[in-house]
Amino acid sequence: MKTAVITFPASNCNRDAAMALEKVTGEKPLMVWHRESELPEGVQFVVLPGGFSYGDYLRCGAMASRSPIVKDLVEKANKGLAVAGFCNGFQVLTESGLLPGALMRNKGLKFVCRPEKLKITNSNSRFTSKYGTTTDVTFPVAHHDGNYFADDETLNKLEKQGQVIFRYADNPNGSARDIAGICNEAGNVFGMMPHPERAIDPLHGGTDGLNLFKSIIESI
Amino acid sequence: MDIKTKITPQIVAEHGLSEEEYQIILDRLGREPNINELGIFSVMWSEHCSYKSSRRHLGKFLTKGDRVIQGPGENAGVIDIDDGDAIIFKMESHNHPSYIEPYQGAATGVGGIMRDVFTMGARPIALMNALRFGEPSHWKTKQLVNGVVAGIGGYGNCVGVPTVGGETNFHKGYNGNILVNAMCVGLADADNVFYSAAKGVGNPIFYVGSKTGRDGIHGATMASAEFDDDSEEKRPTVQVGDPFTEKLLIEACLELMATDAIIAIQDMGAAGLTSSSIEMADKGGVGISLNLDKVPQREENMTPYEMMLSESQERMLMVIKPGKEKLAYDIFEKWELDVALIGKTTDTGRLVLRHNRKKVCDIPIAPLADDAPNLDRPYEIPASLPVLNSDEVHETQDYDDALVRIISSPDIASKRWIWEQYDRHVMADTVDSSQSGGDAAIVRIHGKNKAVAISTDCTPRYVQADPYMGGKQCVAETWRNLTCVGADPIAITDCLNFGNPERPEIMGQFVGAIEGMNEACRAFDYPVVSGNVSLYNETNGVAIPPTPAVGGVGLIPDLEYFTTLKGAKEGDTLILIGETQGWLGSSIYLREILRREEGAPPPVNLETEKLNGDYVRKLIRNKRVNAVHDCSDGGLAIAACEMAFAGDIGMHLSRAIGCPTHAWLFGEDQARYLVAVEENSVNPVISTAQAKGVSAQIVGKVGGDRIKADGAFDVSLAGLREKHEGFLPELMS
Repeated sequence: MKTAVITFPASNCNRDAAMALEKVTGEKPLMVWHRESELPEGVQFVVLPGGFSYGDYLRCGAMASRSPIVKDLVEKANKGLAVAGFCNGFQVLTESGLLPGALMRNKGLKFVCRPEKLKITNSNSRFTSKYGTTTDVTFPVAHHDGNYFADDETLNKLEKQGQVIFRYADNPNGSARDIAGICNEAGNVFGMMPHPERAIDPLHGGTDGLNLFKSIIESI
Repeated sequence: MDIKTKITPQIVAEHGLSEEEYQIILDRLGREPNINELGIFSVMWSEHCSYKSSRRHLGKFLTKGDRVIQGPGENAGVIDIDDGDAIIFKMESHNHPSYIEPYQGAATGVGGIMRDVFTMGARPIALMNALRFGEPSHWKTKQLVNGVVAGIGGYGNCVGVPTVGGETNFHKGYNGNILVNAMCVGLADADNVFYSAAKGVGNPIFYVGSKTGRDGIHGATMASAEFDDDSEEKRPTVQVGDPFTEKLLIEACLELMATDAIIAIQDMGAAGLTSSSIEMADKGGVGISLNLDKVPQREENMTPYEMMLSESQERMLMVIKPGKEKLAYDIFEKWELDVALIGKTTDTGRLVLRHNRKKVCDIPIAPLADDAPNLDRPYEIPASLPVLNSDEVHETQDYDDALVRIISSPDIASKRWIWEQYDRHVMADTVDSSQSGGDAAIVRIHGKNKAVAISTDCTPRYVQADPYMGGKQCVAETWRNLTCVGADPIAITDCLNFGNPERPEIMGQFVGAIEGMNEACRAFDYPVVSGNVSLYNETNGVAIPPTPAVGGVGLIPDLEYFTTLKGAKEGDTLILIGETQGWLGSSIYLREILRREEGAPPPVNLETEKLNGDYVRKLIRNKRVNAVHDCSDGGLAIAACEMAFAGDIGMHLSRAIGCPTHAWLFGEDQARYLVAVEENSVNPVISTAQAKGVSAQIVGKVGGDRIKADGAFDVSLAGLREKHEGFLPELMS
């Protein structure tokens, strides 16, 4: 299956994301540069990787969300293309309007990097279906601006429609209602601050992240 | 300062040049230098750039070995780790700037050391740091810790290189001069390493990266003098970092390096454009002619003096093969970096600078390097403090309390507050990091089943008590730490932090420490491949404790065989490899419980170190041990606690053998490893040790949820962990 990872200036988890995709699909993903104006033909799943796109200047993810490639991505995502954003990628997704809410500075004001226990709150989503009866997973977090915020109406709606996919067991950043990962109404766009792509290898962060990639790939 | 500035004795003195040094300049030029030329001589001959006090002593180090591709003298050292892979690494200090402006000082320290590594063709794969702060109660400490840690994290996290380990000490000796030593490890193709010698005449010289501003002018000179009460006024000499540009610079340089376009490359670090151009020309035996009007500038009306001495960050100088100019332009433009053709190599052997169509500098290059002062400063190696017998060290009446006090003391307490601010996992190859509190960080070679192990170490209180023995110990401890994870130690980098070398006792600490270090390097066949010297770490005449920080790198050839301190299991037997005499001189017990800082440090027997270490490595390769941890600060008791924390399991130490209980538990004898072994491996481990002449004895059991020692302490693991974790959050809250 053709997958792609978009690389912005100062993306830094593009390699991590590529490894995860290769491990699950058996094929190297296409690495797409931010200045491209169109995604390559036939791509079925796109990852927006973590990092500090454009140096996090202005607001995290804000400049990347205005890049030529993201314009095309938004159009295609609105027509059903599967997209996931991790960490900075999640920030790009909220900035581009594909996902609701915003990510603010961590409540503790410091960068935080640690393995974080998460609760799967919707195991029927396209990104979690393979987890079966598993309710807890551990993914590393590594961010300075992961404090998820949205107004109550939006949060209520997200919860009611099953769009909250993961919650923190021990909230590291002050996110509203412990939200760690959400998807859009249609269920094809997903974003989370923790790094499932750094949990695909027993020697490095465990393997809890594999099923997330398997779920979405299988759903396509 | 413009070209019309008259050179007075006062101006010469302000540039840190002595009368003799100025006379050499007059002799070599046959005339008075102009202000630009004076500035260039001044930075090139500063302690920071010329190593004038240390050079003759550094020459004694073992620098060659089977795996050494490049030793000291380039931007970083290069070692061979088989399969066509090379590891490029170096450690460097950023002490003075970090004290003046902690965030930017530390951040640019990280940026600078990364550039040293990717300049040579390596992708940085790991960062480490060795930090020393003043006593926790000092009014400045909290602010400095905050700023330094945020700066290291802010830079490394953004660039996307994991910060995998390090060490942090607190001592009043650093109240006026903190130490920020950063180490970077990179991975390159062994046959595609880049050097700085600018070969050939008429080749184009490219400037790439950030624009040049007025920041950091004379930073190298600042780092070559001691502080006084007005040091804060030196803030303008501190550089400002931009990790975003650094990340782009890494990617762009590596992309260009994958083509066949670069003849030589050098980063603009200390003394910026001056030292980079002179080093390239000097090593290549050529001259250099630069047109300063072409230098990308951030500010208006910059003078040649400012441009040549600016230490603006994230800049590189490279000599490109003729005909490859367009390729270079295309790549740097793709990464949206400034790129400019600013000059060419010449056959004159001179550095010629033009500005506004006028020649503003014309000096021979060789004297800048060859005639750089090489001082033989008087030194007196301090004798070791007298040996303290254990009967001169009171036994505590309350072991539970003593254990808690030590485990929560500044140097021993958990540094989670620090390392949780560092991205330790980015690049997806971190096998072990500070997270487990282990002996060495383990970073996998991407796409392969082997890894490098990295450790930074120094025990300044030992070096203070006996520079020679302490120097030996620093090297031995890194070697031991690499051994603990099953790595073959290969080579070291060092960062030699001392006070004012003009004082014979300080110079004596320096010389003594180097002799000790070198002896250990030779005993282990463990050469020094890169390093840095930071002198004048003193304020108002008070020097820091001598701190020769060592960064060791080793190879784990097969990730099937490695250990950490995490793996101890219920029912495992604890075996102590190495002999215990109960050495309490200069120990943590003495300092934290009795508030005494005295006594000779524990002797390091290099033969025993080697014997014991080789045996432990063999046990790991034979899968005989579940967990390994070296006994260092705080002795056996603290080693057991740390193993317990990492494995989340209790430990029970048996009764003291052959020495008083407090010396048994807290003595800091060297060459010792605590290993956790399954029942059926106990006999083979002990009998093989005996056969090899290695001391090995059963010292306890793994299991339960308490930390116990017969006749001493008995505390809950959870309670002790709380104390261990509590110190830094409390200090920083």
